Amino acid sequence: MTSGEIITTPPPALPRRLYRRLDDRFLAGVASGIAAHLDLSTVAVRIGFVVLLAFNGLGALIYAAFWAVLPVQQPPGLLAKPPRRDLAELLPFAAIGAGVLLVQSLAGWGGFNAVQGWLVALIAAGAGIIWHQAHPARRQRWSEALPQPPWLGRVLAESDRRGYLLRFIGGGLLVAVGTIGLIVVFSPVRDAGVPAILTGALVALAALTGVGLVVSPMLWRIFGQLRTEREARIREQERAELAAMVHDQVLHTLALIQRNAADAKAVQRLARGQERSLRNWLYKPTGSPAERLAAALEEAAAEVEDTYAITVETVMVGDHAVDARVAALVAAAREAMVNAARHAKVRTVSLYAEVEPEQVSVFVRDRGVGFDPSTVDGHRHGVRGSILGRMRRHGGSAEIRSEPGAGTEVRLSLPVRAGTEERLGDGGTT
Amino acid sequence: MSDERRLRVFLVDDHAMFRAGVRAELSRRGAAMPGTAAPGAEGPGTQVDVVGEASTVAEAITQIALREPDVVLLDVHMPDGGGRAVLDAVRRTHPQVRFLALSVSDAAEDVIGLIRAGARGYVTKTISPDELVEAIRRVADGDAVFSPRLAGFVLDAFAARPDTPVTDPELDQLTNREREVLRLLARGYAYKEIAKELFISIKTVETHVSNVLRKLQMSNRYELSRWAADRRLV
Repeated sequence: MTSGEIITTPPPALPRRLYRRLDDRFLAGVASGIAAHLDLSTVAVRIGFVVLLAFNGLGALIYAAFWAVLPVQQPPGLLAKPPRRDLAELLPFAAIGAGVLLVQSLAGWGGFNAVQGWLVALIAAGAGIIWHQAHPARRQRWSEALPQPPWLGRVLAESDRRGYLLRFIGGGLLVAVGTIGLIVVFSPVRDAGVPAILTGALVALAALTGVGLVVSPMLWRIFGQLRTEREARIREQERAELAAMVHDQVLHTLALIQRNAADAKAVQRLARGQERSLRNWLYKPTGSPAERLAAALEEAAAEVEDTYAITVETVMVGDHAVDARVAALVAAAREAMVNAARHAKVRTVSLYAEVEPEQVSVFVRDRGVGFDPSTVDGHRHGVRGSILGRMRRHGGSAEIRSEPGAGTEVRLSLPVRAGTEERLGDGGTT
Repeated sequence: MSDERRLRVFLVDDHAMFRAGVRAELSRRGAAMPGTAAPGAEGPGTQVDVVGEASTVAEAITQIALREPDVVLLDVHMPDGGGRAVLDAVRRTHPQVRFLALSVSDAAEDVIGLIRAGARGYVTKTISPDELVEAIRRVADGDAVFSPRLAGFVLDAFAARPDTPVTDPELDQLTNREREVLRLLARGYAYKEIAKELFISIKTVETHVSNVLRKLQMSNRYELSRWAADRRLV
């Protein structure tokens, strides 16, 4: 009888409930259900029931209690053809029961009476209710973790929780009553003259302990389930976010790249833009471009990359708040990058910014064709107005170093008042 | 440095396409270079032979021990512990093997753990073949290779802050010269250009960068351990 294997054929992640099993039963399927649930041999459980039967019918009482309490399992595949019971198999169990009765009567044991049997059955029934109610609760949360309207989840959880609580209290009461009854029957202190209040307290304490013992494994299990379900929910959210990002951005970019496969510049621009967006997503941007220097420079570099299909290698050391003067510095740096992109004939431009206590410096450098500053300077508005003039107006300075064939470097620096801004260390590698 | 120098390189990367690309680039360059070795340039005589490759940490550990390459190109992000696991396993038994970290991410904090575990440099996977060979040669010579971003990160991590106690000035602070060299690196300057800018020799630039690497590996500055701890790389 390896019924345990049959019941675990559904995916192991599904919650296991205590059922009666109609597909493998002699009477009501209680014994095989319990055996499957506890991973015991069905035969052993049946023998247990039969042996208990001998103690004033205790086995029958417990069996009846379980019968009343346990739901029937309906395995989809097995329902169609319920196997027939072989009555001949009952004989060995009957023999065992008779044997136990015989031994009992020979030895003269008679410790149990019917009242005690009923009380134990009561405890068993209560424990059964509590235990198998734990599982639908878990199931409810499983379905809650799946995407559905949030209000629906809340309503379901609310009503489920109420019913759950009622059954929980009911089961606890049964266990408590059964425990108290057993203590009253067996009480060693009943005739010892102990004050009645003390006896009552002891009985209550014992009942509580009984309930606690019955409930604690279940509480522990629920605690673990809550934890794993919360983790699962977080994972699910992250997965959904990732899926949305991949769908909205990456797949679109890949489609565009395929359509523009002949145009190397367009492909480079698309790939670089997507790379930037993925990086931002992975490493979280440092702040708003309107507020932080690093973010503002990165935004400017991204614009230049997109417009001119080049790569801007951005390195930031430190960060600073953006005010009017810093914004002018960013604008000048942007102009320098645009110039490099348009005139230097290179694929890569380096942008380096460093925030020191008393000044902010920005360097834009390319290894391109270069020019002679003394000849070109006069009629190039971009350099004169947008870079040199702008920096001067805001109290900073700009220097352009270039020679034909050796590339160009624009050096911008802007004094900042020491102590106006706390230097931030985290911006260095954004 | 002899003209006909051959370096044995081992590739560790879990992306087969990337390994094939690097291998093709390096061998194409190796085939094209003989005879064109111009004196005075930055090691143009260097040739690189890819002596093996591995796609997993376990494979890398056994193969590196077997082949004993001069330089291992080590991917930062791999299953089963990544480049860090390879470094930890091989570094002690084969101290003569040098490691150059290679990452698709240019977030330097990803690489700081590898540097502190003993890698002698870090470059991004977008590096050009010539630059890669140059970086391999530099690492094989026992020097360090910093990308602009790594240089920026080091400047940031070693910035003088009033609230950071300096326990060992020798390790926890950069000299002014080292700072200048790093700034130029971060600005995109090649070693040769740095040497010209600062009126020093290329060898001196290399010495400065190697000293910075040593500080980066040994210093207990809070920023370094914090970065590494944030990424669970310590």
